[in-house]
Amino acid sequence: MSGIPHDHYEPTSAVGKWFHKRLPIVSLAYGTLMIPTPKNLNWWWIWGIVLTFCLVLMIVTGIVLAMHYNVGDGFESVEHIMRDVNGGWAWRYVHMNGASLFFIAVYIHIFRGLYYGSYKAPREITWVVGVIIFLLMMATAFMGYTLPQGQMSLHGTSVITGLFGTIPWVGEDIKLWLLGGPAVSGASYNRFFALHFLLPFVIAAMVAVHIWAFHTTGNNNPAGVDVRIKTKEVAEKDTLPFWPYFVIKDLVGLCFVLTAFAAIVWMMPNYLGHPDNYIVGNPFVTPEHIVPEWYFLPFYAMLRAIDFDIIFIPAAFAGFAVMMGSVLILAIAPWTDTSEVRSGRYRPMLKWFFWLLVADFIFLMWAGSQSTDMTILSISVTRLALLGAIYWFAYFLIVLPLLGIIEKTHTVPDTIEGDFNATHGAE
Amino acid sequence: MKKLLISTIASLALATGAMAAGGGDVHIEDHDWSFEGPFGSYDTLQLQRGLQVFTEVCSACHGVKFVGFYALDDEGGPALPEAQVREYAKGFEVWNEKTKEYQTAQYSDHFPENAGVGAPDLSLMAKARAGFHGPYGLGINQVVKGMGGPEYIYSLLTGYTGHETEDGLHENTAYPSGALSMAPPLEDGIVTYADGSPETLKQYSEDVTAFLMWTAEPKLNQRKRGGMIAVLMLGFLSVLLFLANKALWYPVKHPRKED
Repeated sequence: MSGIPHDHYEPTSAVGKWFHKRLPIVSLAYGTLMIPTPKNLNWWWIWGIVLTFCLVLMIVTGIVLAMHYNVGDGFESVEHIMRDVNGGWAWRYVHMNGASLFFIAVYIHIFRGLYYGSYKAPREITWVVGVIIFLLMMATAFMGYTLPQGQMSLHGTSVITGLFGTIPWVGEDIKLWLLGGPAVSGASYNRFFALHFLLPFVIAAMVAVHIWAFHTTGNNNPAGVDVRIKTKEVAEKDTLPFWPYFVIKDLVGLCFVLTAFAAIVWMMPNYLGHPDNYIVGNPFVTPEHIVPEWYFLPFYAMLRAIDFDIIFIPAAFAGFAVMMGSVLILAIAPWTDTSEVRSGRYRPMLKWFFWLLVADFIFLMWAGSQSTDMTILSISVTRLALLGAIYWFAYFLIVLPLLGIIEKTHTVPDTIEGDFNATHGAE
Repeated sequence: MKKLLISTIASLALATGAMAAGGGDVHIEDHDWSFEGPFGSYDTLQLQRGLQVFTEVCSACHGVKFVGFYALDDEGGPALPEAQVREYAKGFEVWNEKTKEYQTAQYSDHFPENAGVGAPDLSLMAKARAGFHGPYGLGINQVVKGMGGPEYIYSLLTGYTGHETEDGLHENTAYPSGALSMAPPLEDGIVTYADGSPETLKQYSEDVTAFLMWTAEPKLNQRKRGGMIAVLMLGFLSVLLFLANKALWYPVKHPRKED
């Protein structure tokens, strides 16, 4: 599959040859599993496997939960799962916290891509498909959160679908269409359940495309230099087969992550949730503080930062547009980054801006969780979030294009082999 | 739509503002529970006493509709003998949807819903309230002390000042707005314990809070045991994989000098 020269599967037995002529699936599996992988990959490269695992975990636990869930009375049936279904509490807590694990992993994965320039040519398609997967994940997680039909489910749904209602001209119709009625009702939950079941499989298909794309270009790596592909011998100096070297390495990372995850489920399964969602949804009682799940907070903060009309655009729609834009802007990074050097490791200025972006993201996450009357040094949190939002956009629109011109980069190693040996001191 | 959105955001801001103003000195006391911590578990006798307090006092107005009578003999719960639970269930009436009549509750029924005086259902109360926040929204207190649902209930039950407001509400140091319509439900000596435990407001409050934590999280004992086993096994597997990985990569990272 990859442009890197490597061994191909050759059927040896008669049955193997017969099968291979008709369906080369063993060859496909071999090619995928044995793909030459840059040998200098560091531990930040494990999150892809963690994400793949999360997807499987969520689908498996989700299907078990769907066997016991009743959308007609979601709240009651979640309690039924927690109390009366054998091991139901475990399925549910793993699924519920699994969403958080999924997002922790995807955020690290995205920032890893931003630091090491994994989005840059020739991996633009991999990156854009990744952004689409991220959007699908957000939609799936949001709809999943509505299903327990608690107070946060209900009022969160009202707020989010309300955002779509702010779109000029067509907004009200879109909102009506999303909710299946003028307000959140059984019809809304029904369609959210159907879509919450469907979208993970769409994500799975997109993940296959994501993997296909980067198996075509080859992995990026911390040095950001390409694998030498002139001959198989020289390619083998830069790479190792995925099996067993990276399978085992990824499993180490995955297993450590899962240990921490199990500890959360063991000791504080409700820490990342909202107590209000253990109250059955009541349209007549609005919770004091409607907050989305933690993983939406940075984007929610950017939404709330726009509490003023922008020229003729009303504040509510402008905020919504900024929120959507803050996710979509990721997709343009391959074209706004003008630097010749791929990896941030050799980009002294980018490092500063990158870590500022990470800090900005964490700050926005905190800002999104605060009530709007919160102040720091008598500056309102929404104003500070506005600064945060401006930097978020500026990173992609100004910093990335500008750095390519003004930055003096460090010397990039000639080869992956050179980078690997420099680290591991081989003579 | 815009209006609704803005009003939502505004009401959110106002509500939190009001909450901060009214509940400036909300007092939630941290409390040690047998079910806290990584290895905590319910105290069976305490759950039984809590059930007694709930039955004799709280159940007059509150229901625990998500709890089945059949759960009362669960290990990791009050663990009453099944015969006793069957007998206990007969003390309640539940609504039969088919005959449209109330009938004597059975072992397989849930506790009845009790919305007569508008009192909230207590099944999930211990998870639906958070006693601890912050500092500065960082969530550190919840890690250290727990979410504080049981602490909230305990502080509420013991937090009556004895004063009534002008509109007949009862002042309480734990309640967010400072006063609530529920009159102090417990007082010393109101329930007679068979096991010789102190018959005090504090003891009653502690016991019924533990019981309500159990109604909210009936599988806590299984979770604490299963979680620990999962972490130990995964941790062990992590170490094995780490060592396997190290061995696997050793020749790559330390190539033998040729020639």
